[in-house]
Amino acid sequence: MRKHVAMGAAVAASALLLAGCSSPAAETPEESTGSAGEIVIWTDAEREAAITAAAEEFEAETGATVTLVQKNFEDLRNDFIAQVPTGEGPDITVGAHDWLGALVTAGVVDTIDLGERAADFEQVAIDAMTYEGQLYALPYSLETIALLQNTALVGDEAPATWDDMIASGLAAGTERPFVINTNGESGDGYTMYGLQTSFGAPVFVQDDSGSYTTEVGMGGAQGEAFAQWLAENGTAGTGYLSTTVDYDINNELFNSGQAPYTIQGPWAISAFPDVDVAVNPIPSAGGETAAPFVGVQGFFLSSQSDNALLATDFLVNHLATDDAQRALYEADPRIPALTVLADEVASDPIIAGFLASAQGGVPMPSIPEMGSVWDFWNAAEAQIINGADPVTTWNQMITDLEAALAG
Amino acid sequence: MTVQLDAPRTTAPIARRPLEPRRRGFGWGFIVKLALLALVNAVGITVILAAWRTEAWVILIASIVLLVIVDAVYLAKRALPLKYLLPGLSFLLIFQIFTLGYTGYVAFTNYGSGHAGSMEQAVEAALIQGEQRVEGAATYPLAIVQRGDELGFAIVDDGGVRVGSELEPLSEAGGASLDDDRPVDVPGWEVLPRAAVLSDPELQERVVNLRVAVSDDPEDGSIRTRDGTSGSIYSSTLSWDEQAMTISDSETGLVYAADDRGNFVAQDGSRLAAGWYVPVGFDNFVRAFTDTALAAPLFEVTLWTFAFAILTVLSSFGLGLLFAIIYNDPRVRARKLLRTLFILPYAFPAFMSALLWRGMLNSEFGVINDLFFFGADINWLGDPFLAKFAVLWVNLWLSFPYWFLVCTGALQALPGETLEAATIDGAGPWRRFRSIILPLLLVSTAPLAIASFAFNFNNFTIIYMLTGGGPAFPSSSSGLGSTDILISAIYQISGVAGGTADYGLASALSIIVFIVIGVISALAFRQTRKLEEYQ
Repeated sequence: MRKHVAMGAAVAASALLLAGCSSPAAETPEESTGSAGEIVIWTDAEREAAITAAAEEFEAETGATVTLVQKNFEDLRNDFIAQVPTGEGPDITVGAHDWLGALVTAGVVDTIDLGERAADFEQVAIDAMTYEGQLYALPYSLETIALLQNTALVGDEAPATWDDMIASGLAAGTERPFVINTNGESGDGYTMYGLQTSFGAPVFVQDDSGSYTTEVGMGGAQGEAFAQWLAENGTAGTGYLSTTVDYDINNELFNSGQAPYTIQGPWAISAFPDVDVAVNPIPSAGGETAAPFVGVQGFFLSSQSDNALLATDFLVNHLATDDAQRALYEADPRIPALTVLADEVASDPIIAGFLASAQGGVPMPSIPEMGSVWDFWNAAEAQIINGADPVTTWNQMITDLEAALAG
Repeated sequence: MTVQLDAPRTTAPIARRPLEPRRRGFGWGFIVKLALLALVNAVGITVILAAWRTEAWVILIASIVLLVIVDAVYLAKRALPLKYLLPGLSFLLIFQIFTLGYTGYVAFTNYGSGHAGSMEQAVEAALIQGEQRVEGAATYPLAIVQRGDELGFAIVDDGGVRVGSELEPLSEAGGASLDDDRPVDVPGWEVLPRAAVLSDPELQERVVNLRVAVSDDPEDGSIRTRDGTSGSIYSSTLSWDEQAMTISDSETGLVYAADDRGNFVAQDGSRLAAGWYVPVGFDNFVRAFTDTALAAPLFEVTLWTFAFAILTVLSSFGLGLLFAIIYNDPRVRARKLLRTLFILPYAFPAFMSALLWRGMLNSEFGVINDLFFFGADINWLGDPFLAKFAVLWVNLWLSFPYWFLVCTGALQALPGETLEAATIDGAGPWRRFRSIILPLLLVSTAPLAIASFAFNFNNFTIIYMLTGGGPAFPSSSSGLGSTDILISAIYQISGVAGGTADYGLASALSIIVFIVIGVISALAFRQTRKLEEYQ
């Protein structure tokens, strides 16, 4: 009997508590009409401030709430793929264009329609965010690497070829004529890619429309010539390329004036406070134009968003405006994807240099197969620089890579 | 726990009640208990409702079961021991058993990139990817209109307003008025204010999914809106047939059927980008052992994992013990200071030390070659053998202080009279060490050695930070390297770093590692019981 009383009391108390908890929550929407809409945006630390600015204006106009969740940029892709299907993901995330293949095959991104506004963005940015004919993101910045030179040692004139650059570097009388990051023993195909393309050996073959196919393009005589060149300049050769150089050592050597030339991206500029830097396109080592990878960053829309209309409205009508794009640029200066803005900021010679390099570059492949390339590619380059036989190592890498892609 | 609990179990006659002060049922203790239970119930019901809303059935059922058990245990009189065990058991269930169970579940699926969601989501993604804006189509200012329960679009085209819904294609709406290029009044329809649409997720979903045909001919495409303020003409060639579970492409004539591997595949072998995850049985386990690209490097990695874990424990235990014995000798001066210095590497975060050593071992710029090898060009991290040696060396440096600490403590706890008796019996230092000190020491340290083995078996930090698994095997299509241990290999194979992930395979490998460590630990602990018999 008493047990029943106790049970009843427990139920009554829970009900009271529940009612206490839920009633204020139920009242809120009635008080402020039209504020139920909420969009969640994943961002990294650099972009948070700028998005906040655009979000405030959006909140004022529509009465919606914009919640920003800050994450590490490197974690965004996998978290997005893992969480969108469970319904826990955001409505919008910041991301890089080369994630597209993975995002599309995972079915987690929605297309977006920029309408006539698309023409206001750099063509390479729109192309990069397009996958199989569909635009999947609002692009906002470009990034690429370029040749950085110490103007005090070698002036600001761009060397036309690799040999010119080495000659001028040697003439400067520094410890090394040139230094490039190989990410230590891991190898760094990304930084080396401009030099590789100057031999005519792209990572994947592009079709007529410029889209990447899954056919590996690094093999054959051109690829072997590049491998040969790596070996000639590796540890057993001239030693200009060395696996002892990682990101920090590279920047230290350049900043201390021990090397007048390096190949780096805009993100490393802040590591060179002691050097007057000039930015130029990467010189050709193999005769053809050196085309580095161009990365495009932008905003992706979740395919499982509960507030798709609201999220699209925010992206297309608020984040794509000149003012919002300018705020993003000011929060984290990268080459803008919006042409007007790019022209505006090109008065800065450093930005102009990277912009010029980007215009000669190629978008980094966004097909999912690219994810399999890095390990093999980087390792083979590191081995060849360390003195492994160039041609057999390179061809073995191509064989292994093709096997991995087929499997 | 409370007054009520302490009450005798007899069903006493009501008449005796006033005589027994302890039987006042609703004392303070009961009220506190009631409040706490109410709180637990409130939280539980909130979780259940949230799970119901997001359709997370496993969580829903688990929370209902847990909540019922909690109420039953704390309100019933009989389950006294459970009242104390239940909180611990719930945490065990949530944090250990669930994680294990989930890893086990993933190991039997093909969850990974390209197979990340459910079939329903894959269909949705395919339809999204197949629907394209008609080339050259204009963008029309648009308003969302409603007639009863029917939603429609009103667009402004050449100054006139056209209106339509899912059921009827666009037609001229006479007498409509515009404000700022947007329809504000459409006869026969109610124009929904923008704020009302944007604040209602359900309505938003209906609007996003609404397609209004441009004309009677479906080839002309249909109007859809992406942001609720403008619309354009889209057309899709893909259509989903739920009965047949196929997606057909009207342009190419291909019919993509769902296969049992979680893909939509057409007759000619082409398949749609997005797939879903399906159970694949033991495929992942079989692959780990039979895939030629994987099996050979994984075998090498496994051997090195054992070598790494065993050598690390032996070397650091040996060095720690040696120093412990030396610095335990009363003849050594400033013992306290020296002991403190020895413990320093242990106090340093391991990943920092690994990064530091990575720099010091650099063949050109590192201090190791400069100071100790006369500037020789020894490629510590680039040579397969030297890299293994470097990993062992750095791990020795990191972990011997731990053993120094443990052994010092154990040595000081050794019975002095036994050692004295041995000395009197004429045993030399080596004999005393071998026959008395070491066996007694092992009784207390062997379980720690097993724990240390298990830890190093999975010591991801040092491998990842020091060598990154490199140098890579000269030829393999796995991307593994000579210093990779199983856990770093699993990380590599899971593909989290590269972008093409295979969580199913990675989970299967984790389970294998879990079993290996479990079996070794069980066997080893059985062995240590023999040591205790020595006492």
